[in-house]
Amino acid sequence: MYRYILKRLLMLIPVLLGVAFLIFAIMDVAAGDPVYSVAGADATPEQIEALREKMGLNGSLIERYIRYIGNLLKGDLGTSYISKLDVMKVYLQRLPNTLKLATLTMIVAVGMAIPLGITAAVHQNSIRDTTSMVLALIGLSMPNFWLGLLLILFFSLKLGWFPTGGSEGFRSIVLPAITVGTSLAALLTRTTRSSMLDVLRQDYLRTARAKGVSERNVIQKHALRNALIPIITIFGVQFSNVLGGSVLAETVFAWPGVGRLVVDAIDQRDIPTVTGALVMTTMLVTIVNLLVDLVYAFVDPRIKAQYTK
Amino acid sequence: MEINQTNRNQQRATKLYKKRSALEDVWRQLRRNKGAIIGLILIVVIILVAILSPILLDYDKDVIGQHIKQRLKPPSADHWFGTDELGRDIFSRVIYGARYSLAVGVVAVFVALAIGITLGAAAGYIGGKFENVVMRICDIFSSIPSVLMAIAVVSALGKSTFNLMLAVGIASTAPFIRVARAAVLVVHDEEYVEAARAIGMPDWKIIWVHILPNCLSQIIVQATLRVGSAIIAAAQLSFLGLGVPAPAPEWGSMLSAGRQYIRDYSYMTLFPGLAIMLTVLSLNMLGDGIRDALDPKLKR
Repeated sequence: MYRYILKRLLMLIPVLLGVAFLIFAIMDVAAGDPVYSVAGADATPEQIEALREKMGLNGSLIERYIRYIGNLLKGDLGTSYISKLDVMKVYLQRLPNTLKLATLTMIVAVGMAIPLGITAAVHQNSIRDTTSMVLALIGLSMPNFWLGLLLILFFSLKLGWFPTGGSEGFRSIVLPAITVGTSLAALLTRTTRSSMLDVLRQDYLRTARAKGVSERNVIQKHALRNALIPIITIFGVQFSNVLGGSVLAETVFAWPGVGRLVVDAIDQRDIPTVTGALVMTTMLVTIVNLLVDLVYAFVDPRIKAQYTK
Repeated sequence: MEINQTNRNQQRATKLYKKRSALEDVWRQLRRNKGAIIGLILIVVIILVAILSPILLDYDKDVIGQHIKQRLKPPSADHWFGTDELGRDIFSRVIYGARYSLAVGVVAVFVALAIGITLGAAAGYIGGKFENVVMRICDIFSSIPSVLMAIAVVSALGKSTFNLMLAVGIASTAPFIRVARAAVLVVHDEEYVEAARAIGMPDWKIIWVHILPNCLSQIIVQATLRVGSAIIAAAQLSFLGLGVPAPAPEWGSMLSAGRQYIRDYSYMTLFPGLAIMLTVLSLNMLGDGIRDALDPKLKR
């Protein structure tokens, strides 16, 4: 098992370097030459050169990339062109808000999806199954930022139950979490249903029933536990989409997370902030995916056995 | 007499069997799926609307023309979906907007298909170091949340409809690389591929003629379902102000404009959002149906 973890960790390094390079290269194209906009119109060529060196923009793309990675390893993402603040500091200030939103989103999604998916599978081809699947299909087809606007309209403006935006207290996170969580819930409902249907046909469930295990226990202890494996996989893969989706939700609800930081920085063409936030977010996604894979290996004895030999 | 009858039945059966092509089989399966048929009808209507909108509407007058006296009128017999903050008829804009959303969705998926299938099929066929490099690149692409990836690409290339298509396409490439590679690996060692190699057929031709047609079903399913997500991704970027530039009636940017008036004029956000949902819903229903028809094993 340790060898598996070590192997996965080693495989992470080239992917992370590649991600950083890709984002760095894209942002390099985007930047044009930011020195001129920072230096102002009446700067002399000497001043421009000096500023270029100070901003770390001298040298070829590869040279700058190597410098960037070197600084990144020291925890330095550079300084914002606009606010002149340390990008890492700003990112770490915003990150807890995004993680809070992501966690509640996952809870909302699982809370909706698992019961719906199980009901649909247990009562296959019934009205409950059809309703669950229609709801899931609508959830998958609805743009989450539009859902966010509808939620604001009804629950904030009409009923006054939740604030329209901001980050004051628990009430302000509920609507953003539902906004991001709905499409994830839709996907998880479909996966839960199909995974449960697979398991429900297995012989060991018939054996459990024949032994007199109650139907509730058959579903909860025998079926769901086995059906969980593909659900966990989807869950891990979707973490990336939750962070992506939160960019929109953070914009709609003025939630001060990483997503809004990126969107604002793009508006202001603040390249160090955009690059830093994207690189860090992607690293986070990659590490979470690795953790999910490890949990997956742990939950499924068959996978665990492959690596403990 | 009885023998004759049996022969005739056999002949009829052979004739029927020969007549039905794979496409007909898929269509027969699809026809039985109510959801898929509803999806198909809806998407055909939306495509027709998109094609006919320049004939039905005058772009300069009905779609982008400002009529300040008519601003912020609620839905009525004259303006079915009401008017926006510049007095433009929202119904006309939603109708015309179908052109942008469908075009962006379809072209983005074609971009993703072209890059994804070429790289994925080559990786699966060639194998070795090349496959390793392609799959690591694929890992890199899938590690970046697709919305953030598309945002980065648009901000690098600049705001335009074409760049939006490119950005969404590039951000959706990774799944196609995976599907194509996996499909090629399945048929890579089949006898007919070896036979083609033995008669000296060039590799690109073997991939194109013998391998890809065998993975077509999975690619079609992925593509249909991806058009829907590409439409949502494009609307998201437009909502953030990174998509189709104003005053074009793109659904995402209409939602972004309507957001400021949501308190008093909620219809401005209602209809463009419904249009996106209906389009994506119909594509998802059709995509699910095609998947079930092409691969009954996946049907639940």
